[in-house]
This record gives sequence, structure tokens and C-alpha cells, in this order.
Amino acid sequence: SSKRSEGARFVRMPKADGDAKLLIQSLNKAYAATPTNLKIIDLYVFFAMVTALVQVGYMGVVGSFPFNSFLSGVLSCIGTAVLAVCLRIQVNKDNKEFKDLPPERAFADFVLCNLVLHLVIINFLG
Amino acid sequence: NAFGGVLCAFTLILIGVLAFSIRLFSVIKYESVIHEFDPYFNFRVTQFLSKNGIYEFWNWFDDRTWYPLGRVIGGTVYPGLTLTAGSIWWFVNALNIPLSVETVCVFTAPIFSAIASWATYLLTKEAKGTGAGLMAAAILAMVPSYISRSVAGSYDNEAVAIFALVFTFYLYVKTLNTGSLFYATLNALSYFYMVCSWGGYTFIINLIPMHVLLCIVTGRYSSRLYIAYAPLVILGTLLAALVPVVGFNAVLTSEHFASFLVFIILHVVAFVYYIKGLLTPRLFKMAMTLVITVGLAVCFAVVAILVALVASSPTKGWSGRSLSLLDPTYASKYIPIIASVSEHQPPTWPSYFMDINVLAFLVPAGIISCFLPLSDASSFMVLYLVTAVYFSGVMVRLMLVLAPAACILSGIALSSAFDVLTRSMKFQLSKLFDDGPAISGNGSPNGSSASTVNTSSSKNEKTEKSEAAPKEKQSKKNRRKDKEVTESVSVKPKKEKRLSVLPLEASIVSTLLLIALGGFYVVHCVWAAAEAYSAPSIVLTSRSREGLHVFDDFREAYAWLSHNTDVDDKVASWWDYGYQTTAMANRTVIVDNNTWNNTHIATVGTAMSSPEKAAWEIFDSLDVKYVLVVFGGLVGYPSDDINKFLWMVRIGGGEFPHIKEPDYLRDGQYRVDAQATPTMLNCLMYKLCYYRFVETDGKGFDRVRGYEIGKKHFKLTHFEEVFTTHHWMVRIYKLKPQKNRIRGKLKKLKSSSKTSSTLAAGRKKNPWQ
Repeated sequence: SSKRSEGARFVRMPKADGDAKLLIQSLNKAYAATPTNLKIIDLYVFFAMVTALVQVGYMGVVGSFPFNSFLSGVLSCIGTAVLAVCLRIQVNKDNKEFKDLPPERAFADFVLCNLVLHLVIINFLG
Repeated sequence: NAFGGVLCAFTLILIGVLAFSIRLFSVIKYESVIHEFDPYFNFRVTQFLSKNGIYEFWNWFDDRTWYPLGRVIGGTVYPGLTLTAGSIWWFVNALNIPLSVETVCVFTAPIFSAIASWATYLLTKEAKGTGAGLMAAAILAMVPSYISRSVAGSYDNEAVAIFALVFTFYLYVKTLNTGSLFYATLNALSYFYMVCSWGGYTFIINLIPMHVLLCIVTGRYSSRLYIAYAPLVILGTLLAALVPVVGFNAVLTSEHFASFLVFIILHVVAFVYYIKGLLTPRLFKMAMTLVITVGLAVCFAVVAILVALVASSPTKGWSGRSLSLLDPTYASKYIPIIASVSEHQPPTWPSYFMDINVLAFLVPAGIISCFLPLSDASSFMVLYLVTAVYFSGVMVRLMLVLAPAACILSGIALSSAFDVLTRSMKFQLSKLFDDGPAISGNGSPNGSSASTVNTSSSKNEKTEKSEAAPKEKQSKKNRRKDKEVTESVSVKPKKEKRLSVLPLEASIVSTLLLIALGGFYVVHCVWAAAEAYSAPSIVLTSRSREGLHVFDDFREAYAWLSHNTDVDDKVASWWDYGYQTTAMANRTVIVDNNTWNNTHIATVGTAMSSPEKAAWEIFDSLDVKYVLVVFGGLVGYPSDDINKFLWMVRIGGGEFPHIKEPDYLRDGQYRVDAQATPTMLNCLMYKLCYYRFVETDGKGFDRVRGYEIGKKHFKLTHFEEVFTTHHWMVRIYKLKPQKNRIRGKLKKLKSSSKTSSTLAAGRKKNPWQ
């Protein structure tokens, strides 16, 4: 901030845009470096969140009755997204805490948790 | 090692046996009977479940309470306890062991306290190791606060709920320590069991978010924290919504909002950490400034909307009971029913010493020990204790939630203390016997280690004890070469700088004193279990010159009711006795301990506070046939209806303004003697309690109040006495039916009916006028 002077103020606005562009570019570059399996998980998370948003939008249109169906639908999407993020954390090779965990075990836990989640969902769906 | 494991398992079995047996005093002193009031309701529900199966239980509409409203049992009861006992009964009977439902119900609580102490062992082991775990388990097996709610016969929600609470916390801490999604799933399932069992589950769903927030704020965020918390919120909310009692409250009430808020905060923090990992520090700083300016505005708007939504509801979305926890004066101002329950009063200072005894001194030591070193698990223990202490200060009943926390921290404290003391003793004794070169391999390292470390006198002890450590290591693994020993010794003094060693005499004396402290604790616990907390309160005893005198009046009265009245007769009494009446006498009652409808209770309270005629009208409108009152004046039983009468007035007056409390007090004092107000002397409760009381001793001396009653000779006009128990403790009256013909009142009725014919035509004239 000490580098900023009176004159630099005039170029602040376009600099912010340039900052944002630089930011997005570097984010894209860093993200492109992640391994493919993690990208697949990220895609799954994104898909789940979009489904949840679509359900919320649908509820806004037709009303929230029956409420338990709405809750179970939305929470199932958010639930699998959260569990997929947990799987990503455990499978990510950059995570030193989980380097002893075989990825098969992580995936098995993921499947088990999803099983319990969807059992509850089907019960609650009504 | 194997020997340690076997010893540990054996100790745990002994602790389980201890927990089970210390709760059996009531069965030995009295009989295998269900205690108090609430357990009778749970027992009745379990009986229904065992007779009719689970589908009938889920859909059960009970028409024998809260006449004429009824109660939806399936939707208003926490099913965990009854389902647990029901499954145990079914399983045992499937093995052809013919245990009755009552036996299973009576012994459910001791069994689950044994299992709860094992859960405490597991939880403390996660925080501080096996020694602390065993200590905490042993302490929990005996702590009087837990005994008071889980004695054999006390078949109440807390019997299984405390086990569920500790086990859920154990699974949470285990997930936090290992980061395994499997334990996270188990954690959610255990939380589900807790929601099924007790209304106190809101404590869990607020404590865990608080701890997550604490970890984030103190910079201890890790991916294990995310795995421990995020699946729990989603799965836990869904599972909680599955239980009919909770239903949509799991997402709509303020008690759960904390978990959602922390869920969002956790995701934001996780995302920030992720981006931080992707970008360089300079770019990250840029991103932060950009996001903060934009994000802050959006955040502010969202929070404002949320606050407006919540503030628009009158109780800000909290239930009455939760509000009375946060603001202890709330209940006494707005909801007299909550304030009148004796369990909801704040505890007195002596009750802390009575209920957790020696632990009150050990807990601060445990808190300090948790900070050396501070881990996620130990910070969780400290947070649990602090919140539990606050809530126990608001309501006596919540001392029960404090008990496991106090036991865990005391176990940690005692274990660390014994650690230091035994280490000192071992070291000092080895120094004492180490004068000659008897122990191998320590002669040379002695000299070299002294040279590698500072030779100041204060550090001498540390070098000596640091060689004691490698000496122990040598005895365990015999492969250390001298060089490695010297290297490890030169490294060790830096790591073990904080270990301290006490002189021999001090450690021996301290150990003995600590053991004596434990001895006092055990003696107190056994005394409390035997004398204070084993009374079934449905049977009373007293010692006299002739020996033990038993007062079995309650069961006598209920048995009379069940044998001498019709099945469909309605019985009115104060709400305390509702559960017992439906369970033992099998008659329909007007109000019972569930206290869900304040107006209905106020109606009964008004009837008890009104004169005979008005009371008869109220009871007749409710189809009541019998009225039951509890009176302790003959034998000195202090919890009778006359002592509770002011609450009836207050609750009745809360709904029906013509009942005013000052009418029943003389100069602000509540009396029933000759100085009592006419309103008091004419009300139904006074008349029903003291009818013919003067016949017992000629003077009408009330043993509980300690004076002679005011109105001694009177007749009842609208009620007739049908039964009084042996010690006059329960008195049952029947409503007199209306007279068929009314003599000499026809002219009056005709003239008054002409003037009032313009009024409501169908209004029933009371024939008693």
C-alpha cells in the first residue's frame, strides 16, 4: 500500500479489473493442475449442488407442501455433495494427514455413508 | 502390550459390575417396583408396545388421559427408552427366559449405566489415554448425580440418554482424531439414538457446533474437522426429523440454527483454505480484499433478513423450556407450570457437593491438565464442562449433564497426578538403589550426558531423570547401543524439559492422600445411593420403636380405584398423580404429568380453588366422577396437595382471572388455621383434605403444617367420601348426582326464568341453586 500514490488512484478502477482477471487466470491455471480423479469428484459436487438449487427453485414455484419431501430431496443433494467433498479430502494426495489411508477404504466409507443417507432419505420421503 | 490389555478389560468388567450393583439398593430395601411418576408412564407405554407391537405403538392415540382431549402418544413421546426396553424384553423372551416387562423396565437403567461407564472410558481414552479412561469410568459408575436418575426402578429417559450422550461425544472425538468417514456415520447414528431418547439432544447439536467454531477461531481448522462435522449436520438433521416428536422442528426451531450457521461458516473457511492452497500468497491477498468488500455486503443483507424473520416470532423461535434455560427468570415470569416443577429450580450450593462430591475439587485440576497439551479432544472436554456447569446452575435436573463432564475431567486430573507421583517415586527409588553400578549400560551415559547438558544444579535433576527414561527404554527394548543411548539422552533433555519430579516423601504422602480422597468419594457415593436416592416415592417408610413402618397408601388407593369403579369412570386429581393413576388404577384422568395443555391444568386448578358448588359444576362439565386428593397431615407427609395448593391457585389464576392468589393468603402468609381467609377455608381442596379430620384426634392438629386447622366441623354438600387410605394419605371423593326434584324452589325458578328467558334459551339451570 505504500507503493500507491496520488497518481495511482486514477488507474485504480481498471487495475481492479486487471486484478480480477489475473486472479481468475491464476485460479484456472492452478485448478487445471489438479489430478483428474479429483476433478471428477468436483464435477459430482457441482452437479449435486445444481440439483439442490433446481429443487429449491421448484419449491419456490409450487409451494413447500409436502415439506418432508422437499427437505429430503434437498438434503440428499447437499448430503452427497458433503460426502463427496469428504472423499476428495481423503483421496487427495496433497493431504499429509491421510497419506496412510488407502483410497479404496476412503471410497468404501463414502459408499457406506451414502447408503445410510439414502436409506434415511427414502424413509423420510413419504 | 497384552498384559495391559487384559488388565484393562478386566477392570472395565469390574467397573460395569460396580455400576450395576450400586444401583440395586432400592430393590433390596423395598422391592422391584417402578419409582416416582414419569417412569409409570414409560412403563405403561412399554406394556402397550409389548402387547400390541410397534405399528400400533406408532399410531397410538391414548384416550385415557387428558379427557376429553386425549393424547397422541406416537407423536409426543420420545421413543428411545421404550423401544430399547421393548427390544430387550422381546429378545430375552425369544430366548425363553420368562422375564416380565416390569422386571426389564426396572433393570434397564442399571444395565445402561454400566454401558455408559464403558462409553466414558472410550471417550476419555480418546482425550488422554487409557489410565485416565479407566479412572473416569470408575468415577462415573459411582457419581451420585447419575445414580439419582438411574437407580433400579427409575425407568426414565435419562437412563439411556446419558449413555447415548457420552457415546455420541466419543464417536465425534474419535472422528475428529482419526478423520474416518466410517466413524462419522456411526456418530450420526448414535446422535439419532440420542434424539430418540431425550429432549436434551439439543445440548449435543449446540455443543458440537460451538466446539467447531472454537477450533476454527483458535486456528485449529483441519480437514478432519470438516469430516467430523459436515456429515453429522446433514445426516443428523435428517435423522432427527425422522423422529415424530421432533419432526420439522429439526429445521425450523432456533435450537438447531446454531448447527446450520456453523455449517455455513465451516464451508466458507474450508473454501478459503482451499483457495489459499491454490494461489500464491500475493494473489491470495488480492482475492481476499476483493471478496471481503463484495461478500460483506451480501452477508450483512442475509443476516439482516434472518434476524428479522426470527425476531418476528414472539419467542424468537425458541421453545419455552429452552428459553428458561437461557434466561433463568423467564419461566417464573411467563410460564408458571415450568417454574412449579421442582426439578426446574436452580440448585443450591450444597447440592453440588452432594451430587458430584469430590469431583468439584478435581475438575479445575482436570481443566489445567487438559491444557498440557491442548488437543482438539481436550478442548472439547473443557468446553463441554463449562457449558454443563452453566446449565446445571440454571436447573437442578441438568446436574445430570454435568456429571459425565465432571467425571471425565476428574479422571484426567487424577490420572495425571498419579502419573507424576508414580514417576517421581519410581525415579527417586531407582536413584536410591542406584548407588552401585548394578544397572547395566548406565555408567558411561551418566558421565557423557552430564557433560552435554548444562550443569546448573536445577538442570541436574533433569539429566538424571532423562537417563532414567532411556534406562526404562532399555528394560523394554533391549537393543539400544550405548551410542544411541547417549545421543537420545542428549536430545531428550530438550523434549522432556517440562517433566517434573517431586521428592520421595512428598510423592508417597500425596499418593496416599489421593487414595484417601478416592476413599471418601466412594463412601459418600455408596451412602447417597443407599440412603438418599433409593426411595421409590410410591412406598414410604419410617423407623419407629416397633421397627420399620411402611406407608403403602398410594398403591392402596389405586387398587381401590381399579376394583371399585367402572372402567370408564373419570378421575380428577392434580397433574402429579396422572401417570400413576392411568398406569396402576387404569382409569381415565383429566390431567397428567405431561403438562402439555396449560388451560386444562388451569381448569382443574380453578376447580380445586373454588367453593364446592362451582367446583362441582366444573368437574361435572368434564364428566368427572371421582376426585382424588393427597393429604399428609395425619402422618406428616410434606409433599401433599395442601402444600402444592398455591401452585394450583397460581396456574388457575393465570387462565381464569377470578382466582386471585392474595385471596388465599392472610397478610401474605399461606395458612390453613383459624387465621386463614374465608376463601381458603371454603375452597374445595381444603374441604376435601380436612373433611372429618377432626375425628382423628379431636383437635384437628395438622402434623405437616404444625397447627390446628381452621374449620373443623363441616359437611360436604356436593361430594361424598368414598375411600380414605389407612394413613389418610389419599382420599377419594365421588361427585354427588343432581337431585331429581327440587322442593320449594319452583316459584323462584319460574320468576327468574321469566326475566332470563330473553337470555340464552338453552342455558342449563344449575339445580343446586
